[in-house]
Amino acid sequence: MDAFGCRKLQPDRIGVSMPAQVALFVTCIVDQLFPDVGMAMASVLERAGCSLIFPPDQTCCGQPAFNSGYREEAGKVARHFLNVFKDAEHIVIPSGSCTAMVSHHFHDLFPDDPEVHRLAHRTWEFSQYLTEVLKVEDVGAKMDGVVTYHDSCHALRELKIKDGPRRLLSHVRGLELREMDVAEECCGFGGTFSIKFPEISGGMARTKIDSILRTGASAVVSIDSSCLMQLDGALRRGKHPVRAMHLAEVLACQ
Amino acid sequence: MPMTSAGMQKTLANPELQLAVYTATGRLMDKRKAAVDSELLPEYQELRTHANALKQHTVDNLDWYLEEFERNVEAHGGKVIWCETGAEVANFVLELAKKRDLKLIVKSKSMTTEEIDFNEHVEQHGLEAVETDLGEYILQLAAQKPYHIVAPALHMTRYEVADVFTAKLGVERETVPEKQTMIARRVLREKFLAADIGITGANFLIADSGAIVLVENEGNARLSSSAPKIHIAVAGIEKLIPRAQDLGVFLRLLGRSATGQHLTSYTSFLAGPRRAGEADGPEEFYVVLLDNGRTKLLDKPERRQSLFCIRCGACLNHCPVYRKIGGHNYPWIYSGPIGAIITPQFHGTAKDPWLPFASSLCGACGEVCPVKIDIPKLLLDLRSDVVESRGNTVERLAFRMWAAVMANPALYRTAGDFASMTGTSERKWKDSSSMLAVGPVKAWLSQRDLPGPAPKTFRQLWKERAK
Amino acid sequence: MSAARQAILGRVRSALKRAPGAPPPPPPPVRLHAFPTSLEERIEQFSTALGKLNGVTKVVSSESEAQLYIDGVVAGRTFCTAASTRDEIVRADVGVSGVDYGLADTGTLVTLSASDPRLVSLLPPTHIAVLDASRLLSTLDELLQLLPQPALQTASMVLITGPSRTADIEQILVRGVHGPGELHVVMIR
Repeated sequence: MDAFGCRKLQPDRIGVSMPAQVALFVTCIVDQLFPDVGMAMASVLERAGCSLIFPPDQTCCGQPAFNSGYREEAGKVARHFLNVFKDAEHIVIPSGSCTAMVSHHFHDLFPDDPEVHRLAHRTWEFSQYLTEVLKVEDVGAKMDGVVTYHDSCHALRELKIKDGPRRLLSHVRGLELREMDVAEECCGFGGTFSIKFPEISGGMARTKIDSILRTGASAVVSIDSSCLMQLDGALRRGKHPVRAMHLAEVLACQ
Repeated sequence: MPMTSAGMQKTLANPELQLAVYTATGRLMDKRKAAVDSELLPEYQELRTHANALKQHTVDNLDWYLEEFERNVEAHGGKVIWCETGAEVANFVLELAKKRDLKLIVKSKSMTTEEIDFNEHVEQHGLEAVETDLGEYILQLAAQKPYHIVAPALHMTRYEVADVFTAKLGVERETVPEKQTMIARRVLREKFLAADIGITGANFLIADSGAIVLVENEGNARLSSSAPKIHIAVAGIEKLIPRAQDLGVFLRLLGRSATGQHLTSYTSFLAGPRRAGEADGPEEFYVVLLDNGRTKLLDKPERRQSLFCIRCGACLNHCPVYRKIGGHNYPWIYSGPIGAIITPQFHGTAKDPWLPFASSLCGACGEVCPVKIDIPKLLLDLRSDVVESRGNTVERLAFRMWAAVMANPALYRTAGDFASMTGTSERKWKDSSSMLAVGPVKAWLSQRDLPGPAPKTFRQLWKERAK
Repeated sequence: MSAARQAILGRVRSALKRAPGAPPPPPPPVRLHAFPTSLEERIEQFSTALGKLNGVTKVVSSESEAQLYIDGVVAGRTFCTAASTRDEIVRADVGVSGVDYGLADTGTLVTLSASDPRLVSLLPPTHIAVLDASRLLSTLDELLQLLPQPALQTASMVLITGPSRTADIEQILVRGVHGPGELHVVMIR
C-alpha cells in the first residue's frame, strides 16, 4: 500500500489486445523526477491488453528549448527523438505538453519533413490512447476518495482533451470527481516562465490552489507532470494536505 | 534571472487591485461564454473562420481596399487624410483648428489616438481635447492611461473615482456610481454641444461604402460624430473590411467577444458629412488613415494576422498573466496577449525583450480570439527572434549544453544516474533554506517547494522490472 | 496626392508584392443567413429582447393608439420631433422619432439620417421610437440583404439596441450615460 492507501497493481488483462505495439515515451521529467507515473502508465496499458516496449535511448522531446526560443537546440533534441522512434508503431506519452510538442510543433522545426507528419499521426497522449484508440473507459481501477481535475493547457487546447480523462475517472470505483470552478485556467508552470516570472507563476498557482481547496478534494489529478509539479510545490509550500496525482497513478490503483 | 518588474511585483502584492482585475475580467469571460454558447450561437466557430478569411484577404490586398475606401469616402463628400506618424495626425488637426480658429475637441474612445498621444500633442498647442467615454474621462482627469482595451478604468474603485471627481471637478464627494455617472453626463453634455470638432476612432472601415463603423454603449461616439460641425475619424489602415455586408459576420462576433452583448447599444455606420435634406450631422467628414508602423507587420506573411485584431479585449480577459499583472505593466498602450505580439513587431524585439516570455503559453487567448489570430504561435516566433538577435549568451550556452546531453543517450543516462544518486529513498521536497537554492532553483523555490531527483529513474525501474 | 499617401501605399505594395491597381482575387463570399419568421414571432422576439435591456415595447393597431401612448409617456413634459430646432432638441425631455426598421432577434431599431434627425433619438433622456410592424425584420443579416449599400441611401445609419449604458465604474450597470436612459418602442401593426 502506498501513502494514499492504494494497492500497487499487478498486470491483469481486461481489454482486448491491440495488434500494434506501444512504444513508451515517458518524458524526461517522468524519467528523472516522477518515474512512478511511467510505471503506472505501463501497468494500465498492459492491463488494457497492450504489449509495450521502452526504447532505451529516449531522452526528451525538446520542448524546453523550443519554448524558450532556441529552435536550433530544440531541433537537435527533436531529431534524436525522431531517430529513436522512427520504427515505433504507436507512441504513447504521459504528458499533454510533450505530445503536443511532437504532434504539433515538430512541424514548426522541420516543416518539409514527411516523417514528422507521419510521426504526428502515431503519437498519442496516454488518456487519448485509452479512450480513442483502445476505446477503453473502464480500466478496472479502484480508489476511494474525492478528487478534482486540472485541465492542462496543451492537452486542452492543442490536443482537445477534455472529456476523456473525466470519463476514465468516472469508472474508478469508490472515486468521486468534484469539478473546481477554474479547471481550465493555467496552473502557471509554462516551462521557463515559472522561473523567469516566478511571482506571476506563483500567483497563478495560488489561484488554482484556492479553487482546489474549495472543492474539498484530497487530490488534484492531471495528465501532465509539469502541472502537477507546479501545483504540488505550491500545495506543499502552503502546507495543504492535498495530493497531486497523475491520471495514470489513479488508474493504476486496484 | 527573474524578469518580473518592480511594477508587476507591486501589482501582485496589492490584494484590492488583484481582486478588482480578477473579478472584472472573470465577469467579462462569463458574459462572453454565455453569448457564444454552442446552443445560442451554433455558428460561432464558422463565423470565426469566415472573419479570419475576410481579414486575411483584405490585409493581403490592402492597397486595393485602401484606394477603394478613399474613392468612396470622397464620393460621399468626405476626405481621406493619410498619415505616416502620430505627429502628422496631430499636425493635421492643429492646422485645421488654426485656420478656422477652433478650440474645443470632444473625443470618443479611440485606442489609436492613445497610441499616438494625440491629446498631449494638441493640448501643448492650446487646444482642449475632452474624453467623453466615461472610463476614459475619469482616466483623463486622473492623468492615467487605459488599463484595458475595452474597459479602460477596470482597475479603479468608486472611491478612487470619487477622489478624482472631487479633486478635478470641485464637486462634493460622491461615491455612488449612478450619481458619479450623472455628474460626468452633465459636464460632458455641455462639451458636446459647444465642441468645434468631434474626433472618434473607427471599429471598421468599409471599403465598398467609404464608411466607418462605431461600436459603443454610451452614446458618446454618436454625439461626437453628430453634434460638432466637423467629424474626424482616426483609424489604423488595418481596420478595413471589404463590404458593408461583411458586417453580418463581424458585428455578430465583436459585441459577444468583448462584453457578451449580442449588439452594443449603438452601432453607427457613417458615410460622409450630412447630405442635402438631412436635418443634422457634421458638415465636414474626415477619415485619417494611420500607418505608424503597421506596414512593417505586412512584411512577413505568417505575421500579418497580427493586424486582424478587432480590439474586442477577449484575449486580455482570458489571459492568466494579464489577470495578475494588469494593463499598466505592459510597455505600450496595447496590453495583454495582443499587446505582447504587436509591441515587439512595432518597436523591435530589443526594446522589451522580456515581453514575449511573459506568458505561460496556455493558449487561452488564441482559443477566444474572434478572428483566430494564432497568438501563441506568434509568441513562440517572437521568442525565437529575441534569442537569435542576442547571439551567444550564457543562457544560449546552457541550452546548447542541455541539447548536447539530450541528444546523446549515454550522456543523458550518466547525468540522470548522477542526479538520482543525490536523492534518498525518501523523497525530499526542498524548501528555500536548501543550499542548492541558486539561480533557477532559487527562483522556483521563491514560490513553491521542489522535488529532488527520484532515487531511481524510470529507466532503472523498467530494467529491474524486466528481471 | 500627398507624400504620405504615396509612401504608405508604396510600403504596402512592396510588402505584399502587389502591382499598383492589380485587382485582388475574389474575396470570401458574403455570408448572410436570414431565416423567414412570421410577424407574430418577430414581434414576440423583439419585445423579449428589448425587454431584457429594459426597453419597453408597446404594440398598437392604429396611429391614434400610438399617439395616445406617446402622450402618456410624454405626460406634459417638453418633447421634440423631426420638426424641432436644435435648441428645442437640446432642451427636450423626450424625443419622438420614426425609425426605419427593427431587428427582431436583438430588439434593435434602425434609424437612417435620411429619414430622421440624429439628435432626436440621442439627446433627450427619453426616446420614443415609432416603428411600423411591416418594417420589423428578423435579423441584421436580413437588413444587410435588404440594404447591401446603406451609404447610397444615407450619411448615417444607427443600430439602436436598448438604452444608453455603461459599466465603466466597478462594472456596475448605469443607464442613460450620454444617450437616452429610457427607450419606448411603439409598434404599429
